[in-house]
Amino acid sequence: MPLTTAKPLSEAGDQTQALLEIRNLETFYGPIMAIRGVSLDVPEGKVVTVLGANGAGKTTLLKTISGIMDPEKGRIVFDGHEIQGREPHQIVRRGIVQVPEGREVFPLLTVDENLSLGAYTKSNRAEIAQARELVFSYFPILAERRQQEAGTLSGGQQQMLAIGRGLMLKPRIMLLDEPSLGLSPLLTQEIFEILRRLNQEAGMTMLVVEQNAAVALDLANHGYVMELGRIVMSDTAERLAASEDIQRFYLGHANEGARGERRWKKRKTWR
Amino acid sequence: MEILQLLLSGLANGCVYGLIALGFVLIYKATEAVNFAQGDFMMLGAFVMIGLVNPQFMGLSFWLAVPLALLIMGALGYLFDITILRQLFGQNQIAIVILTIALGFVIRFVAGVIWGHEPLNLHSPLALGDVRFGEVVLSLADIAVIVVTVILTMLLWQFFQRTKLGLAMQAASQNQMAAYYMGIPVKRVQGAVWALAAAVACIAGILYASKGAVDVSAGFIGIKAFAAAVIGGFGSLPGALMGGLIVGVIEPFASRYLPPGYSQIAPYALLIIVLVFRPHGLFAQVRTKKV
Ligand SMILES: Nc1ncnc2c1ncn2[C@@H]1O[C@H](COP(=O)(O)OP(=O)(O)OP(=O)(O)O)[C@@H](O)[C@H]1O
Ligand SMILES: [Mg+2]
Repeated sequence: MPLTTAKPLSEAGDQTQALLEIRNLETFYGPIMAIRGVSLDVPEGKVVTVLGANGAGKTTLLKTISGIMDPEKGRIVFDGHEIQGREPHQIVRRGIVQVPEGREVFPLLTVDENLSLGAYTKSNRAEIAQARELVFSYFPILAERRQQEAGTLSGGQQQMLAIGRGLMLKPRIMLLDEPSLGLSPLLTQEIFEILRRLNQEAGMTMLVVEQNAAVALDLANHGYVMELGRIVMSDTAERLAASEDIQRFYLGHANEGARGERRWKKRKTWR
Repeated sequence: MEILQLLLSGLANGCVYGLIALGFVLIYKATEAVNFAQGDFMMLGAFVMIGLVNPQFMGLSFWLAVPLALLIMGALGYLFDITILRQLFGQNQIAIVILTIALGFVIRFVAGVIWGHEPLNLHSPLALGDVRFGEVVLSLADIAVIVVTVILTMLLWQFFQRTKLGLAMQAASQNQMAAYYMGIPVKRVQGAVWALAAAVACIAGILYASKGAVDVSAGFIGIKAFAAAVIGGFGSLPGALMGGLIVGVIEPFASRYLPPGYSQIAPYALLIIVLVFRPHGLFAQVRTKKV
């Protein structure tokens, strides 16, 4: 299996340098090593997905990029600058936003206030208003519910709000943590269609972490497979979708049953 | 008419309780810890004001001293958070609570050393004396306290609804992790919450000292304010104020109409009744989970 086509950093300025480059990242929870030397690239304007079962370390990887966790080793290079170990608000200011697993909206604040908080690091009012219009153009339901408390939205609407709130930053890259989590297959399709439009129309660069390999590989240009804190596969999304391991362990049950929801969560880790 | 008199003094005391209770709730919402020194912050605020204004100390003009006192108390609250509490980050909440109890002792000790243990009066323009309608005596200071509290409440409301920092404080208290994801510097915002709580306590102290003499044990009314916060629903800012008013109003009526001694326990009796019938308080912002 082909591994990452990492370019050494001395080639900074090289046309092919990715917007986000991760090299040999290691992150610990106390003595537990959750990320075990991960390297990956997210080129500008592309969608990259990281697939992995429960506990593979996907969320930890995103948290390390966002500065919520500090890595023990390795580098995270964004747009030519090393950002590992910086404070979360410094990282957000660079245009990196994480849409967290399980939405994590501010439940007692209105939809509008939640969106305003997405633009917390911005101060240009015109720019914020424009970002809000962009969000409403992708998620018209949010415009209808502007004054509703976020905690009273349905799960799908909360996911849309979480993505919309992330868009308020006008980010250069979005890190999406299992956007399909807890959604019906139909709603998952709908959300991923909006993500595709965001990528194609607005040129949004995305790193999407997923257990639902079918929708994620359909959206992504490139995919990685993560297992117990390591990248074990890296290939174009089409080739991954066609690969036998993925077929068997991630797609094999994709058409089975209609219960959708957390089906991927139940799959046992493969090795 | 006597009722009006009792109501007025009850409401004025209730405003002070309510403002201290507000500080409890602010800090609880931001850090999930209860600051048991909140009453002592009130007392310290009163003494800082006395130190700035009274002729035997610095003798500054009252209106110059107010912003100075707020600034000093706000800075103390902020510094306490970033220098001492930050060290306990990740520790059990109990550790933080015990630390705040210790802080209360320290504040009382230091205030005693600086200002002595005798009760002192603040030279306050709000201490306006009484007006008399026949046999009814209304205290103008009580009315001033109520007016100031109403204005402060409206300002705080505007602050939380309209300003970026106010919104960030709400966000960080509702979902701290998500606040980090939004690029909110959560720790600084929490420091600002401590500053705000200390400044509100300072205003409570100025009002308290405008109504009568203060000594270093004045902070113990924080216990009543704590009961008020629980009655209102520990997590609701309007609830804290309402709880304060309820406790404040109950006291004078209880001491007027109940046998001697009962008035002391009236607020706590109410506390127990509320906890039995509405365990989340009267004005709690919780969606109660069934089961
Ligand atoms: N706070 C924590 N303390 C200790 N270990 C943790 C903590 N959070 C996660 N871990 C461990 O780190 C590993 C990776 O967890 P992580 O949440 O990154 O997985 P994930 O791929 O996002 O899983 P899921 O698909 O279930 O969300 C797991 O073994 C998990 O038990
Ligand atoms: Mg996860």
